[in-house]
Amino acid sequence: MVLFFQLVVDGLASGAIYASLALALVLIFRATRIVNFGQGEMATFSAYCAWQLCEWGVPMMLSFLVAGVLAFLLGIGVFRLVIRPVSTAPVEAVVVATLGLFVVFQALSLWLWGSDQRAFPSMFPNVGWDIRGVRLTASAAGMIAVLICLAALTGVVFRFTRLGLAMRASAYDGEKSLLVGIPVERMLMLGWGFAAAIGFVAALLVGPRLFLSPTMMMPILLYALASATLGGWDSPLGAMIGGLIVGVAESLGATFLPFIGADLRVVIPILVTLVVLLVRPVGLFGTRTVVKL
Amino acid sequence: MTMLKIQGLSAGYGAADVLHSVDFTVEQGTIVALLGANGAGKTTILRALSGLVPARGTIHFRGKDVSRCNAAQRVALGLAHIPQGRGTFGDFTVEENLAAGAFTVTDRRQIAQDMERWYAAFPRLAERRRQQAGSLSGGEQQMLALARALMSRPKLLMCDEPSLGLAPAITQEIFEIFKTLNREHDMTLLIVEQNADLTLQFADTAYVLESGSFTVSGAAAELLGNEAVQQSYLGV
Repeated sequence: MVLFFQLVVDGLASGAIYASLALALVLIFRATRIVNFGQGEMATFSAYCAWQLCEWGVPMMLSFLVAGVLAFLLGIGVFRLVIRPVSTAPVEAVVVATLGLFVVFQALSLWLWGSDQRAFPSMFPNVGWDIRGVRLTASAAGMIAVLICLAALTGVVFRFTRLGLAMRASAYDGEKSLLVGIPVERMLMLGWGFAAAIGFVAALLVGPRLFLSPTMMMPILLYALASATLGGWDSPLGAMIGGLIVGVAESLGATFLPFIGADLRVVIPILVTLVVLLVRPVGLFGTRTVVKL
Repeated sequence: MTMLKIQGLSAGYGAADVLHSVDFTVEQGTIVALLGANGAGKTTILRALSGLVPARGTIHFRGKDVSRCNAAQRVALGLAHIPQGRGTFGDFTVEENLAAGAFTVTDRRQIAQDMERWYAAFPRLAERRRQQAGSLSGGEQQMLALARALMSRPKLLMCDEPSLGLAPAITQEIFEIFKTLNREHDMTLLIVEQNADLTLQFADTAYVLESGSFTVSGAAAELLGNEAVQQSYLGV
């Protein structure tokens, strides 16, 4: 039983990472109906910026803050330079464009910082507590806390602010939003900025667990895609819960299903997603079919 | 004062123009009707005026050339457009729809006052303020669309096919509201309709559109029962 709870705690911590990146993916999908395959690599690039600032002697928290602002601006820049020009193109072209973002940002990180793995500083102290045999590290608790903060922040912004209302309206129907005077394109641009900043937070959580490397976010992106599909592409809350479920399923499955083990654990989120989609095609929290014909 | 002056307005989708160099004016404090059969280009006129489709020609709104303004700027200048099918946000509550309608207003107190004012005018909306707009009846949604448009404090209210999908009694009610807004609040209205007989009873001036050009225009009272108006509908 202790093992079970230990695995759940560990799973929730990894799940918090998947959930953060899934949240970024879903925010962009809701606003622009685009799956941004470059989300993880953009986050890695921003994490490298944070690492570089630390290397230059900037205090860690300040580095993270500056890199977070850079990530936000990067999202805006990508929207203006890459996404807006292809926004009226067929969906295949848009998919190729976001796959292009994936390739470009991975190559950019590799070119600027090389393929050596770098140690990445952690926001959380290296301490832990023992709760009836289950070890809870400050890092695991911190990751879950960061996710809860992200969830609360997006919830408050979307529910209670004028900006959030305008962003939701723009995502719901661009033309109707224009007719009430909402500058839709500016809202979509901000949406890309916020999503990039949230993706960066996910990379900040990943960095200390693995090492910083140009391909660090690739498996995370896979899990995040599964999480978003599981939770429903039109539900930010669903994507976050989906991420936690994927994290826990991965952690439990790798230990309790002996034929899967560590090598096949990447299959688990895909299997969980498949089963859920067979029962509920729009995902756990999806409200309507998101495909517009 | 002239509220709206349109000269040589042409617009279309893709290669072919739907509108062919249309001219017309809307005087302040009047109700103007744009009539015509399906596909005549009535909706395209409104979409060109609110900046949803690219158009050629000049649009003067309250003396200012707004041809170069984008859709959001035109709303801020006082041009409100209720599109066909209401244009309400179905997922949003009634109150959120009204808040979205006031996006161009920055004064919070004014937003709160306007909201209470239109809740008082439309008690059925007040009862359903926490309800999703998509769950309202057709007539209630039209009232919500109207209240939402009014939240931006427009000078000119354009309404596309308000009668669409509504029972005759409800349509009558909506038109009575238009008349009240016009009389008591000096609201200028531009109404696109297929229901010519009803609209002509409420309008001051009317233009009849056929294949992208005006064929008949004049005082609404004189056009009521006019043979040319009926012919333009039948396409004879």
